[in-house]
Amino acid sequence: SSSSVFVVRKDQDIYVQTLRKLFNESHGIFIGLQRSEEEFAGKSRKTQLVQVSKNYRSVIRACMEDMHQAAVSARDPALHSQYSTQVSILSAMELIWNLCEILFVEAAVAGPLLLRLLDWVRLHVCDVDNMVREVLSSENPSKHELFWNVVDVFVLQGRMDEARHLLSKEASANPTSVHMCRILDDLMKKMPVPSLGNTQTLTEMELKWQHWHEECQRYLQDRTFASNSHMESICKILLGDENAILEKKDLMTTWYHFLVTRLLYSHPTVKPMELRFYAQACMDLFLGGESSPEPLDIILMAAFEFEMHQVIKECSIALSNWWFVAHLTDLLDHCKLLQSHNLYFGSNMREFLLLEYASGLFSHHSLWQQGVDYFDHCPEYGRVYLELHIERIPLNTEQKALKVLRICEQRQMHEQVRSICKIMAMKALRNNRLGSALSWSIRAKDAAFATLISDRFLKDYCEKGCFSDLDLIDNLGPSMLLSDRLTFLGKYREFHRLYGEKRFSEAAKLLLMLMTAHIAPCSFWMTLLTDALPLLEQKEVIFSAEQTYELMRCLEDLTAGKSDKQKFQDDDVETMKVEMLRLALARNLARVIVKEGTLEGS
Amino acid sequence: QDNRISIWSVGDLGNVGLNGEYQGEPQLLCDIRHNGDVMDMQFLDQERIVVASSTGSVTVFRHHQNNQTLSANQRWEKAHYHVDRDASCGGAACTGVICNNPEIVTVGEDGRINLFRADQKDAVRTIDNADSSTLHAVTFLRTTEILTVNSIGQLKIWDLRQQRNEPSQIFSLTGDRVPLHCVDRHPNQQHIVATGGQDGMLSIWDIRQGTMPVSLLNAHEAEMWEVHFHPSNPDHLFTCSEDGSLWHWDTSTSVSEKPSFLHQGGRSTTYFSHNTVNQSVVSAWLSNDPTKDRMEITNLIPHQTLSVNSLDILGPCLVYGTDAEAIYVNRHLFA
Repeated sequence: SSSSVFVVRKDQDIYVQTLRKLFNESHGIFIGLQRSEEEFAGKSRKTQLVQVSKNYRSVIRACMEDMHQAAVSARDPALHSQYSTQVSILSAMELIWNLCEILFVEAAVAGPLLLRLLDWVRLHVCDVDNMVREVLSSENPSKHELFWNVVDVFVLQGRMDEARHLLSKEASANPTSVHMCRILDDLMKKMPVPSLGNTQTLTEMELKWQHWHEECQRYLQDRTFASNSHMESICKILLGDENAILEKKDLMTTWYHFLVTRLLYSHPTVKPMELRFYAQACMDLFLGGESSPEPLDIILMAAFEFEMHQVIKECSIALSNWWFVAHLTDLLDHCKLLQSHNLYFGSNMREFLLLEYASGLFSHHSLWQQGVDYFDHCPEYGRVYLELHIERIPLNTEQKALKVLRICEQRQMHEQVRSICKIMAMKALRNNRLGSALSWSIRAKDAAFATLISDRFLKDYCEKGCFSDLDLIDNLGPSMLLSDRLTFLGKYREFHRLYGEKRFSEAAKLLLMLMTAHIAPCSFWMTLLTDALPLLEQKEVIFSAEQTYELMRCLEDLTAGKSDKQKFQDDDVETMKVEMLRLALARNLARVIVKEGTLEGS
Repeated sequence: QDNRISIWSVGDLGNVGLNGEYQGEPQLLCDIRHNGDVMDMQFLDQERIVVASSTGSVTVFRHHQNNQTLSANQRWEKAHYHVDRDASCGGAACTGVICNNPEIVTVGEDGRINLFRADQKDAVRTIDNADSSTLHAVTFLRTTEILTVNSIGQLKIWDLRQQRNEPSQIFSLTGDRVPLHCVDRHPNQQHIVATGGQDGMLSIWDIRQGTMPVSLLNAHEAEMWEVHFHPSNPDHLFTCSEDGSLWHWDTSTSVSEKPSFLHQGGRSTTYFSHNTVNQSVVSAWLSNDPTKDRMEITNLIPHQTLSVNSLDILGPCLVYGTDAEAIYVNRHLFA
């Protein structure tokens, strides 16, 4: 009962030029996924779905690249900031999607899970890339002030080979630390990592890891690295010392980096379901009560907790359009991970999101075509939504109308076909394009409209005394049968042609047939009878007795049909016409009786 | 709406990879805003492009190659219009344009034919109400004659030397008057004409005889938007359609030696052309000898989704554009 004012704003994202690629390419991936065979069970299906997920991500990354280029080359500061914001949003989207791919689509198990998470972190924490590059490309890396920072970065990200490589530089530059470097190098080399293949079981790995951990512990307790604080801190990190790792907060920049590093050095065989405990703890430690979690943090946490619905819900709130959640949810649905969680109005979450996304596309002047395919794959409400949206697309050219019609016809949406054709036909009629109007009526098999067009032609004929657009009427072909009026028009024109070619008896027969077979509308009978006059007045007798009687009957039917009032209103011309006809018919009858009587006799 | 005319460079030959595949994406050289949808366009000469707009105007753009820019050189604002030329919404889409330097012929939804000359402000000739339906496409038959197709299934020849506003010949489809959307003439044998219809049917006409098509080939499942004979290799024909496919029709006589499923990316069927003309004609397009002239048809698009709206071919290169806002370039068509 409270009254509110809502500020409504059109979805602006679909108008951003650089995002067009995202919409177009993901549409192709979406269709491919819907059409892909579900015959593959188990592992090969999973591989297929992971590939689809990777395809989506590469599209996001390509878009990010384009957006970044646009931001760099933008001269207007407002535009630059808009593009930069878009880049960070896309980056966040890819981050979330990647995590969902690891946890849900691929459903990585303990062992490979950690490796995937390490890859994920390495891919997305790039704030340190510049620093790394700077140190590596300097003449004397080990003398660089940021040298140890870079070694730390490598260790934190589990990039052991690169860390060892830098350590060797330190060893060659600094003879006093050679011994320590060698030991540390050895520890790094021997560190057990989970394998992707089946070369070792988890228990084997855990055992090896335990031994290695103890070895590191011994070196630390022996104070082997006491003289070099950097190396000692690295050793502590290797041992998974929380505080040592936390000290390097600035090099990790995010709590989820902290999480993965911690897992790497304290629990590399972590199981998926255990993630949630570590994640919560790490986030609390990292943020330390100074800052509160941001939307991105909440989403990632929900993913670590395997709360898929929560992830989708939070993303829907945080992002400005439905693209992300619609496609991700659809993929998860194909992985059979979403229970059919019916929303109160009946459709499930996947369908709800796809409907929202596709509806958004329909407000765009050309992206609506993609929306059609999305609606097609919403079994419950897709068709209804499509029927409502498709009639509202502005049709500024015939080509666009044809595309819309094709879509409707392919889906047996007959109502919409009729409606659109009527609109186009009416437009054509108003612009005096009678041929076009007829063409639209034929497409819709709209007899009523064809009748309307024919009436227009006939009206024009009556007013001008000749036919317009002969190229159309002379070439109607089978479409003539669409409506009676159209058939009449075609035949009537044929009558004129026959008359013009002096094929009088055929013309006469046709004329009569038009009236007796009731093809001609009653309103036109007078004109037809008047057309008969020149035939009646020919030197040679054309109409037979039978035919003349028929004509007379038609004339009488016509005049008898008029009420007395109408007869009174008829002007002189009308009455004269009728009189002339009566006279001509009578004369013809007289001649033909004689002619027919004579022939029979001789 | 932000419609643009763009010029792209498709890279140099040095960029060819191991199996002859083209590496790298087309580079955008320059572009310019365009008012209305681009319905058709054609190069007038090395530097100028004529563009037909849905607003009814026809524009000549010049491509300045020294500094890679485009500029609007000349415009005929309301070349096509309905009823009242000066009404603000009176424009009618210009649906087709064909050039034979310096002449430019345009047709539109208003059933009008315009003959322009580049650099001349007013139209040289206009045939109002040339057709009572929409003219969908136009092409030159000879230097002084043009061919048009319309939305009631008629192919018309117009002689531009004659002053009367009537076509010199009218051809129509047998059966239903299905709208015709595109037309092209055989590059060497000027009596052979191909048209594509709304039902996806390809019709081959011999305009020396009869008023009906010589062959009717069931092709696409939806509107055929464009048909092109290969300019230097006219035994090859290309058609593209709303159904998302692009077909390569091959009547070269060595076809019977090739195994039919060799082409990558699509189904390949062999067709017999059905024909009613006598046997003295030379071209494979009009021939009716089933054992000698088998036609091979290949769909060049492996995963079709949205409509292929336009295509063009030159030498070994094929270019086509789709409704998925993508342009595809194939530089090794006959490999």
